[in-house]
Amino acid sequence: MSGKNDKKIILVCDTDGKQREADYADTIISVLAEEKLDDQVQVVRVAELGIYGQGVIARILPENITYKLNDEAMINQIVSEVIKKNKTLRDAVLEADPKQLKIVLRNCGIIDPEKIDDYIGQDGYQALAKVIFDSSPQDVIEQLKISGLRGRGGGGFPTATKWNFARSTEADQKYIICNADEGDPGAYMDRSVLEGDPHSVIEGMIIGGFAIGADKGYFYIRAEYPLAIERVQKAIDQAREYGLLGENILGSNFSFDLDIRLGAGAFVCGEETALIASIEGKRGCPTPRPPYPSISGLWKNPTVINNVETLANIAVILLKGAKWFSGIGSATAKGTKVFALTGKVKNSGLIEVPMGITLREIVYEIGGGVFEDKKIKAVQTGGPSGGVIPKEFLDTPVDYENLQKLGSIMGSGGMIVLDEDDCMVDIAKFYLRFCVDESCGKCAPCRIGGFQMLNYLKAISRGKATQDDLVKLENICNAVKKASLCGLGQTAPNPILSTIKYYREEYNQHINDRRCAAKKCADLLRFVISKEKCVSCGMCSRACPVNAIPKNENKEYIINQEQCIKCGKCFDTCKFDAVIRE
Amino acid sequence: MIKAKINNIDVQVKKGSTILDAAKLINVHIPTLCKHPDLHATAGCGICIVKIKGTNKMMRSCCTPLDEGMDIITHDQELQQTRKTVIELILSNHPNDCLQCGRNNNCELQKLAGDFGIREFPFKQHLRNLPEDGSTGTISLVPEKCILCGRCVQVCQDLQDVWALSFLERGLNTRISAAGDINLADSPCIKCGQCSAHCPTGAIVEFDQTHQVWQSLYNPDKYCVVQIAPAVRVAIGEAFGFSEGANLTGKLYSALRMLGFKAVFDTTFGADLTIVEEASEFVERFVHKKGALPLITSCCPSWVDYMERFYPDMIEYFSTAKSPHEMVGVLSKTYYAQKNKIDPAKIQMISVMPCTAKKYEVSRSEQMFASGYQDIDIVLTTRELARMIKQAGIDFANLPDESADHILGDYTGAGVIFGATGGVMEAALRTAYHYVTNKKLAKLEFNNVRGLEGVKETEIDIEGTIVKIAVAHGIGNVEYVLKKVEKAIAEKTELPYHFIEVMACPGGCVGGGGQPYGVTDKLRIKRAQGLYQEDADTKIRSSHENPFVCKLYAEFLGKPLGEKSHKLLHTRYTPKPMYKK
Repeated sequence: MSGKNDKKIILVCDTDGKQREADYADTIISVLAEEKLDDQVQVVRVAELGIYGQGVIARILPENITYKLNDEAMINQIVSEVIKKNKTLRDAVLEADPKQLKIVLRNCGIIDPEKIDDYIGQDGYQALAKVIFDSSPQDVIEQLKISGLRGRGGGGFPTATKWNFARSTEADQKYIICNADEGDPGAYMDRSVLEGDPHSVIEGMIIGGFAIGADKGYFYIRAEYPLAIERVQKAIDQAREYGLLGENILGSNFSFDLDIRLGAGAFVCGEETALIASIEGKRGCPTPRPPYPSISGLWKNPTVINNVETLANIAVILLKGAKWFSGIGSATAKGTKVFALTGKVKNSGLIEVPMGITLREIVYEIGGGVFEDKKIKAVQTGGPSGGVIPKEFLDTPVDYENLQKLGSIMGSGGMIVLDEDDCMVDIAKFYLRFCVDESCGKCAPCRIGGFQMLNYLKAISRGKATQDDLVKLENICNAVKKASLCGLGQTAPNPILSTIKYYREEYNQHINDRRCAAKKCADLLRFVISKEKCVSCGMCSRACPVNAIPKNENKEYIINQEQCIKCGKCFDTCKFDAVIRE
Repeated sequence: MIKAKINNIDVQVKKGSTILDAAKLINVHIPTLCKHPDLHATAGCGICIVKIKGTNKMMRSCCTPLDEGMDIITHDQELQQTRKTVIELILSNHPNDCLQCGRNNNCELQKLAGDFGIREFPFKQHLRNLPEDGSTGTISLVPEKCILCGRCVQVCQDLQDVWALSFLERGLNTRISAAGDINLADSPCIKCGQCSAHCPTGAIVEFDQTHQVWQSLYNPDKYCVVQIAPAVRVAIGEAFGFSEGANLTGKLYSALRMLGFKAVFDTTFGADLTIVEEASEFVERFVHKKGALPLITSCCPSWVDYMERFYPDMIEYFSTAKSPHEMVGVLSKTYYAQKNKIDPAKIQMISVMPCTAKKYEVSRSEQMFASGYQDIDIVLTTRELARMIKQAGIDFANLPDESADHILGDYTGAGVIFGATGGVMEAALRTAYHYVTNKKLAKLEFNNVRGLEGVKETEIDIEGTIVKIAVAHGIGNVEYVLKKVEKAIAEKTELPYHFIEVMACPGGCVGGGGQPYGVTDKLRIKRAQGLYQEDADTKIRSSHENPFVCKLYAEFLGKPLGEKSHKLLHTRYTPKPMYKK
């Protein structure tokens, strides 16, 4: 294997996301050209380096040291000292976010994902070599057991146990599948890993194959991720070329190969049995468990299905040691978790944090607090299967059990910050609508129950529901939760149940007072124009898609309430805050 | 063995038994709308949920195996409430027009709603407004009434290996349809009707023709005659409270006369005739080497339809003998009409069949018009006839036994076992043995071809010559047999079989798609027993010994495989595309 890549790379990132007059990347390129270094150093503009609010920063690779670019003098200094003389400017080094810990994303943004040598340069495939030549499958599983690694797809099932089931089931053929059917709205953890560091997942799968006795693996990637598919395919090809996949890996007796299967975009195909059906060419619908896939899965053979993030942890655990890994995190959850932090938070993006970190640390220290410094209302975790965690519980350490106790779940890693402008009925409606759209239609509770729940939520948000309807809604929620076949249906009522649990008063307001305090539910709002503030510019009238804002003889604009469809265009358009929602 | 508790009752079951099956053993009834004993659990309806004591999670009893030491609760307040809500949800997505439904009084959903005391619909009704598909004229697809239990799809794909039916779309829009969203008539559907026999609701029903029959019966210009298939006599009793498998031939004849039929025939006579023709064909091909072997039976119209589409290369192996009811049909409008001086144009021939595909068979080719008219005018299923008897106010249970009309109503024990899988083979062997050896069989029963095993393979020694036979029922079992034949023919090796019987429906005609609802293997066996008992109790038990068949040849047909037989009693087959475009 070749050694480390000596060519330097400078990643330039604008951490404020502002439009700037000067392009620092151009400046660096021109300085490098002056110094005739332009063919030895590559400058790459990147969108995100996990650091926020620091102006323009530059990360030097392969050293992986980040500097803040205050001015052009700093650029000259970096080129003359760091690039030319290989020095480190200690005082100017920008420490990575101390709250974050990158294990899964260790190589993302640092290596070229299309170059296997880059990955190898970061100790890639060392764990595989160690495992193949120095360990037995039992050792690998034992190490994983000690590490305490649990599935990152949502359920948190211990990975060692899953592997052990498959290993101890006798069969001529076994499979390992990487579940990259990431579909939660707003989540892109798996995609980032596959696009940024595909080899780490491949290495995890090969080791998994070795541990359970499988010689064939599949990547199940949703077709909406073309770049991930392209990069994984390239990575597979390169690994094959290097003898890391195929017959007799690294000259050993162990053979293993990988293929990609594309998902057609059904969310439920992330469910293990539906995923298997999809790979088998059948309708992507869940089937009853047991039998569990680790006993009887793909084409009735023992099959381990692991999430992308889980697999990306494997190699590093085996290389650095299970004890090291189990030293990170909380009592019941070890290691780190990648979250897609979004919503009303200043710094949204992909974060990787040790398990056990509190929600407050995530929102305020990593996320930089609530957008426009408004008041936080809650944090939604677990995507459409999750629930809301009110601000009162922000000091809860994040792990599987704690989130579950609060009525949410860890899920695959969506985390959405909600502020006082968010309506909880609206949030529940949004997630439920997603689950209703994604129901496979196989089982009655989910198929019909989801639709009926959505009807009640719609009625509530329109002020057309009664307290009796709320009772019926809760009744359906409980039935769907208990009687649905798969996780999609069983968790679909979670957003409703958790919002009712913590914000029943808000539901009551919608029902009893026909009022939406957050001013989200358009049917409960009236848009009016304040005579005091209106300057009669006519912008609202032009923006109105249904011509509901005519000018009267006094040259005043008044919204015709009968015609108004409450789209909110006038409200968004008015520069004088003259359009009022009430 | 697994030891566990259900509702505090000790239960012992074989390893792998589901909680649902275990509960049945101790007489605990867990309701379900999707699990059928013939099929594996799809876990679609969500009604058979149970709890393990001490946990909060509910699991589906239809697909969860009972584990050692489990402590199961099948009924408590939460379970009952959840089940009720699920039923209410299903009803909110169902037309609930029970009075106009083909399954009124016979519907599993209706029964469950009754059991749960549903008095109001709490949730707003949402109907899907889907069109009916009656294109085949044999079964009607009413997707709006479908609760998506998946039984029909499983029957069509797994049991029958036809793959005509499929689920389309997803979520609330999921529906059953012919795969590819085409008309069922343009699909590979073989009209066996097993989907309708397994459907828990009125989403797939037989194409009802009772009104047509009433119109004919009340039309003074029509001379209505009727015939009943062997399997009907042992199943119709289920609609009138008789025990399973009760043979009610005599009461059926009475009931049919009371309905107004001028003459009552029996398809079983046709079965004897079919055997005489088919056994002669076998002897021609097997002994005299005239024609292709193996000989494959052709009295099942679904099977014929399947062969013409899926194995068109094997058509030459089919017996050209028509099915029994077609033989009775053509004879009623020729021989019977001439003998009784009735204008055949006025004769309305109605067959009562355990089968939906017979509705298709009556016009499947020009040979079905051999009398110069459509030989059979209307086919009723057993279910339709039961309804007509009820409509006519006939107290079926207390009817006297009557006899059928001569001569198209007189049959032997060999004819009556046609209704069970293996019966045609057994009947044919009895006659073929006689034709080859000119001797009487010492033992008439061929027990190796009886029973519900999917493929029955055996050998018969006819005076030193070994005849290899196979009997398959349920189209899903056919591939094994045909692939063996194809392989031997392609490799020019010894044939695996000389004679093959195939019935499309599991259990043969007793399990036909037009029989009363609720069929299980237990019921199939009971119905078959009813037929085998009649055979055992009958004096004449070989078709060629039927004196009326002999008389028919003497007076009218000439000889088996003769010119007239050929014209009236034989048919042809043509390769057909799997999908009509």
